[in-house]
Amino acid sequence: MSFRGFLPRERFDTLFSILHKIGAQCIGPTVKEGAITYAHLSSSAQFPHKVTDQQEPGSYRLTPTTDARWFAWANGPQALKPLVFAPEEILWRSERNATGTIAFTTDAAQMPLTAVIGVRACDLAALALQDQHFLHPQGQDASYASRRRQLILIAVNCTHPSASCFCHATGDGPEVDQDYDLLLDELDHGFAVRCSGATGEQIVQQLSLEPLQPSQLNEIDNANRHAAEQQTRHLPATDLEQVLNTLQESGRWQDIAERCLSCGNCTSVCPSCFCHSQHDVPAADGITSTHVRQWDSCFTQGHSYIHGLVIRNETRFRYRQWLTHKFAGWIRQYGRSGCVGCGRCITWCPVGIDVTEELQGLTEEYNNA
Amino acid sequence: MHDSQIPHEAVVISRTQESRSIFSIGLQFTDEELNKQYRFQPGQFNMLYVFGIGEVPISIVSDPQGSDEFIHTIRTVGRVTQILEQLQPGDRLGIRGPFGRGWPLQTLQHRDILVVTGGLGCAPSVSIINYIMLRREQFGRLAIVQGVKHSEDLIWHDHYQQWMQQPDTQVLLAADVATHGWPWHIGLVTELLPQVELDISQAATMLCGPEMMMHATAQMLLESKAKADQIWLSMERNMQCAVGLCGHCQFGPDFVCRDGPVFNYADVQHRLSRRGL
Ligand SMILES: Cc1cc2nc3c(=O)[nH]c(=O)nc-3n(C[C@H](O)[C@H](O)[C@H](O)COP(=O)(O)OP(=O)(O)OC[C@H]3O[C@@H](n4cnc5c(N)ncnc54)[C@H](O)[C@@H]3O)c2cc1C
Ligand code: SF4
Ligand code: SF4
Ligand code: FES
Repeated sequence: MSFRGFLPRERFDTLFSILHKIGAQCIGPTVKEGAITYAHLSSSAQFPHKVTDQQEPGSYRLTPTTDARWFAWANGPQALKPLVFAPEEILWRSERNATGTIAFTTDAAQMPLTAVIGVRACDLAALALQDQHFLHPQGQDASYASRRRQLILIAVNCTHPSASCFCHATGDGPEVDQDYDLLLDELDHGFAVRCSGATGEQIVQQLSLEPLQPSQLNEIDNANRHAAEQQTRHLPATDLEQVLNTLQESGRWQDIAERCLSCGNCTSVCPSCFCHSQHDVPAADGITSTHVRQWDSCFTQGHSYIHGLVIRNETRFRYRQWLTHKFAGWIRQYGRSGCVGCGRCITWCPVGIDVTEELQGLTEEYNNA
Repeated sequence: MHDSQIPHEAVVISRTQESRSIFSIGLQFTDEELNKQYRFQPGQFNMLYVFGIGEVPISIVSDPQGSDEFIHTIRTVGRVTQILEQLQPGDRLGIRGPFGRGWPLQTLQHRDILVVTGGLGCAPSVSIINYIMLRREQFGRLAIVQGVKHSEDLIWHDHYQQWMQQPDTQVLLAADVATHGWPWHIGLVTELLPQVELDISQAATMLCGPEMMMHATAQMLLESKAKADQIWLSMERNMQCAVGLCGHCQFGPDFVCRDGPVFNYADVQHRLSRRGL
């Protein structure tokens, strides 16, 4: 889509007003507990100010910067996933009356129209993956679907990828190219604005944008190119599906298992991971019970439990499941890799296990075999 | 459209104790409309919900065109099955289903069929045997090979006795450990395969049981010139949703609940014996 104009920084909050006027709550990045966190916001004053994120394997720190831009950072531990795929929610309720009959009810998930400001390219790519999964033609998830319809996506192109990012290598970023309502490029004094679709158009109409200068367009072009070039992590340029499927019995899995804590942090920060478990929570009255679902991870015992046996009973099997599902199984399931290169699993792994490094090691083993 | 993640109320119509730890229950939905619409295939399964406890996946063993109740045969093992065991006619539970892909009925017409089962009352294989028995003329020869750990685990003695009497039907039984007087083979189920009176290279085979047993059986059948894509097997994995969403039942790239539980051996042969998958 082509640029529609320039929104000066001091008028940014008109965007909040317009969104409120069309009945949308606003969610965006703010600093909370030492990380960039997506929360309810009412003005740009709550955006991160003069901070950037320093990410490394096993480490995330916010540090001061002289850069006055609001989006001079890469990402935080979560973004869109918890909004559409709730970490915990009630799927249905059952009620057993005195004669023993059981009635089932469900409260359709209700989320007001929700505008998310500051969505990244990798977040949109991951959302597309979750859409493929939860809106599957053979069985859609009703609560995901109802929340998904309520999203207004206001993307901001990344200018400061972190050292963990490798979205350029997966082809998912750093520049946004899909499924946004508004797309912003941050400049010193404001934002260049693009839009797509009816909602985006409606918002742009009300923003009273100023004309963009050719020099600004140049600057945006350079910034986006520079963002891609800054990324230092890469994926091996090879058929990873083939490598992983061939090396299921590699000794490397045990080598990783010596380091991996099987904590599941990687899957919980992964924006495409979809696993969840279900359990019943009976009320004390003995009459009602709620059936709850909750995020789960293939790193837990329960994930592969069948009576009398945990199928993935060793950490090496669990790490193998995660890496193989993400980079091989996903291709068979959904036609592409399940990794969007956000780097979260590298940063938030308490022992700093780096998927790009492990895939590199496996590729070398494959090539030398 | 009804959300297939939410159960419907069903009522227990009949109950049979098959052995000390195995029982069958016949069920109906309390909603008449649902009973009329409900269709399933042998090899498919339902999710059974016990109030306040949870859900379990259980195969449907009754005939798809049978009476107006559908039957589950269940072995009592843990939290949910222990409560299911206590259900009596008139008691209510939740049902959603049917789910998954069943046995490849279309492909089996007029062919010789081998059914090899290991383990306790393996329900998916019972569904296909029952199906064939009720339509005997539509199929060729049938060989049933059943292995159990202990001779006392064998249920449905009368069924096996009946099946042995049927024309063009062979029944072979084995127990790893047997009490005195067990008239059949003592040892592994695979040891019976050489006795099967079928042209293995032309027959279609249905497998059900522990993965290692299915793997070993398939290997032996391949040595007897069976075609890999003429062997089918029923898989088990942890299941929470049964509709391809929760991720628990993944077996490599397949979701057992949706892509299975019945798989063609050719599609899974390189994964079947892999530990920890
Ligand atoms: C497709 C399919 C068909 C099946 N058909 C039958 C059948 O016809 N008859 C029968 O007796 N059993 C069948 N099983 C196995 C049956 O589901 C388990 O024995 C049952 O879930 C055990 O539940 P529990 O709560 O009593 O045991 P627990 O050990 O207390 O298990 C706790 C929970 O773990 C999960 N779980 C445990 N074992 C299994 C398992 N084997 N498969 C899937 N989830 C499991 C369930 O959510 C269960 O509620 C089938 C399993 C699958 C996957
Ligand atoms: S199996 Fe593991 S890697 Fe795959 S979606 Fe589930 S939690 Fe994520
Ligand atoms: S790889 Fe790291 S984050 Fe993932 S389970 Fe192992 S220790 Fe936890
Ligand atoms: S049981 Fe949930 S995905 Fe198969």
